[in-house]
Amino acid sequence: MNALVNMAETEVPQNPLIPPIPELVIGLIAFAIVFFFLWKKLLPSINRVLEERREAIEGGIEKAEAAQQEAADVLQQYKDQLAEARHEAARLRAEAQEQGAALIAEMRAEGQRQREEIIAAGHAQVEADRKQAAATLRQDVGKLATDLAGKLVGESLEDHARQSRVIDRFLDGLEEAAEADASGAAR
Amino acid sequence: MQKEPAVSADQMLAFETDCHLFSGCGFEAPGLHSFVFEPMFSIGGFDFNKPILLALVGTLAIVWFFWAAFSRPKVVPGKLQMIGEAGYDFIRRGVVYETIGKKEGEKYVPLVVALFFFVWVMNLWSVIPLAQFPVTSIFSIPLGLALLVYLVWVPLTFKRHGFVGAFKNFTGYDPSLPGGVRPLVMVIEFFSNLLVRPFTHAVRLFANMFAGHMLLVLFTIATWYMLNGIGIAYSAVSFVMTIVMVAFELFIQLIQAYVFVLLTCTYIQGALAEEH
Repeated sequence: MNALVNMAETEVPQNPLIPPIPELVIGLIAFAIVFFFLWKKLLPSINRVLEERREAIEGGIEKAEAAQQEAADVLQQYKDQLAEARHEAARLRAEAQEQGAALIAEMRAEGQRQREEIIAAGHAQVEADRKQAAATLRQDVGKLATDLAGKLVGESLEDHARQSRVIDRFLDGLEEAAEADASGAAR
Repeated sequence: MQKEPAVSADQMLAFETDCHLFSGCGFEAPGLHSFVFEPMFSIGGFDFNKPILLALVGTLAIVWFFWAAFSRPKVVPGKLQMIGEAGYDFIRRGVVYETIGKKEGEKYVPLVVALFFFVWVMNLWSVIPLAQFPVTSIFSIPLGLALLVYLVWVPLTFKRHGFVGAFKNFTGYDPSLPGGVRPLVMVIEFFSNLLVRPFTHAVRLFANMFAGHMLLVLFTIATWYMLNGIGIAYSAVSFVMTIVMVAFELFIQLIQAYVFVLLTCTYIQGALAEEH
């Protein structure tokens, strides 16, 4: 017979729920060994590496994100600059057009003004010349007529007022005749 | 199997090898005696027997494994480290962080991880050839661990809540209950939490492994016993059952180790929880 069975038959097996103290102690010591190694040495060691790995992965992701962000920034900057340049060019073009138009208009106005000035100056000159000529003529004609009349009449017309009136009447008659002539010629 | 030098035939086999069906020999059913081993040697009054040997070898195996996996860890892990990390992470995240929370639970991770792998490996001995005995089916082992857990969460309750708070915590003091029921609930809760809890914690693991081992032994013995004449057909059925039960036990061993640490975390979480 097997010794084990022998024992089972000869001894009443003890209640399995009553623990032998030595086994309890040995079990706890065994567990303590496992716990001690894991607690003091192995888990801190693996935790350090897990942390490193996490950082490495997250660092990589962060770097990639930073690069992407930078690229996006540069693109945005470029686009902004391009838009700005376009805007500037359009603005310059519009300005140039405006300036050109203004310049033309100004020059045109200036030309007009100068032309009118010249014309006006010409008119004024002509008028002044005419007036001067008329005045000179009137004096000269008056003098000549008086002289002539004096010679013809043989006496000097004493009355200045009368003399003047006579001359004026005479000259008016001359002017009317000249105008009649001019209108006749124009006709 | 009998060639194992350190362990005698008495230690290895739970039944007689020359006893078969139809040979006028009765079936030796497994029983409590299947869990009693003759000492290999004795020191003082202490008997060194097979479960103790397995407990020590299992301890060395766990330490060896985690030493190999974690002592020189690399950011890019090797195979062993990867396996170790998977197990470690499963317990840390899946059990500790889930129940206690990351902030409070971090402190208890080493304890819970050690408990899980210790219990699991001690369970695992049940199906490892030559050993084939779950160390946790010796009540001392789960009881020792359950008491250890008890000694963690009970002082923790006092430390966290003070004496009155701890008393309220243990008795599930609830002012919303009607005055007549309250003392009754408190008495029941007190017994349930403080006295019965460590016992059920230990027995749950012990009884599962005890029953599992009993089933394995039963089918194994039956396979051998019926291996005679027409009995071979029965023997084959029993053999298939043995294989099925081994697979089932592998599953149960893992589940029980998991349940043991999950309860541990639940108790610690209960100790840390605010009064309700």
